[in-house]
Amino acid sequence: MTYSLNFAAVWRSFDLLLEGLALSLGLAFAAILAGCVIGLIAAFGLVSKTVALRKPAGLYVTIIRNTPILVLVLFSYFALPELGVRLGKIESFVLTLAIYSGAYLAEVFRGGLIAVPPGQREAGLAIGLTEMQIRTSIIIPLMLRNVLPSLGSTMISLFKDTSLAAAIAVPELTFEARKINVETFRVIETWIVASCLYVATCSLLAALMRVVERRLAVPR
Amino acid sequence: MDFAFLDQLWLARLPLIKGLGVSISISFLSIAVGTVLGIFVGLALTYGYKPMQWLVRGYTDFIRGTPVLVLVLASYYVLSTVGVELGPFQAGILALAVFCSSHVGELVRGALQSIPKGQTEAAKAIGLTFSQTFAYVLGPQALRQALPAWVNTAAEMVKASTLLSIIGVGELLLRTQELISRTFMSLEFYFFAGFLYFVINYSIERFGRYVERKTAVPS
Repeated sequence: MTYSLNFAAVWRSFDLLLEGLALSLGLAFAAILAGCVIGLIAAFGLVSKTVALRKPAGLYVTIIRNTPILVLVLFSYFALPELGVRLGKIESFVLTLAIYSGAYLAEVFRGGLIAVPPGQREAGLAIGLTEMQIRTSIIIPLMLRNVLPSLGSTMISLFKDTSLAAAIAVPELTFEARKINVETFRVIETWIVASCLYVATCSLLAALMRVVERRLAVPR
Repeated sequence: MDFAFLDQLWLARLPLIKGLGVSISISFLSIAVGTVLGIFVGLALTYGYKPMQWLVRGYTDFIRGTPVLVLVLASYYVLSTVGVELGPFQAGILALAVFCSSHVGELVRGALQSIPKGQTEAAKAIGLTFSQTFAYVLGPQALRQALPAWVNTAAEMVKASTLLSIIGVGELLLRTQELISRTFMSLEFYFFAGFLYFVINYSIERFGRYVERKTAVPS
């Protein structure tokens, strides 16, 4: 068996791959922002003393975490229109990814919230802050510092999950790679280049998170 | 939901059951192969010689940095290009097993490294060889450490098995999509498929909690 690698065809379409990568990053970024908001609300639900808040939050986390993301992606793109919710490909994908990551982030944030010592809340009360002020200016900043490592790994796996957008023909990196495959038949070369782009971006994100963690670390 | 859906569901029971069977076999095979591979990966990461450690570290980091879907697509299309004739099923299992092995590898490494050094030293002191130390001292403790996380990985693999629908393996999701293109009942059938996956994964999750309780060191 002889096969000679020839990257020329892939390099010619390299800008397509880069555009795809940019869209992947954009999807992941939009989804993590929305996912953080959803996850934060759900996390406060999970640690709430009120059953009426705790149960729905728990149900959301359990259902989403135990359903394959591809099913969710297809459901929101193909089945939601039947309920009268009509979204474009990108909007429906970002929404799905946000809801999916929200469930994982809820667990992450819950752990972080529990780790904030109760004395912090009491100190806030003592200086006359309202419950809402205590949350926004004391508990959430402390919690974010606690959860930074898990937040980083959730972000990286979210970035990898953007590849599923190819299933509903969103032109992100995986979709572009398949397109180049079909056009040039340079299958091995294309997948090597696409995987390397993914790996490089993930390593970059991981390095970035390490820098942020160091900058925000509590000085000892 | 009206009765038209139940009628369609009854008509389609055989392909759906078959699809579910394929999904379960995919998950089972990829977990089994991935776990065996992963144990070797974990051992190499912990006890391997330096160059071997670097090699295996490169492998796990590369696999963990690549989306599973890319692994699945690459395995299916690349292998056929270089003349290895694998069907979509085999190529898909290969990709998922490789994915699983990188995760199990890290699990095993984490579990082995969490065992206090004193355990190895104690084993040496009473004259055990390395393989005896591993079999009687390190292995059982690592197993207890890694088991709960391994059960989580198993649930991940069931979810990842849906990706094989994209290369045309007739598992549950693909069968569901075929049904929808015939009946146009996308809402009901996606809901149904999602429900089935939920039931499987939720059972695995509960089982994981049970295992965690059973294997916990009594305090």
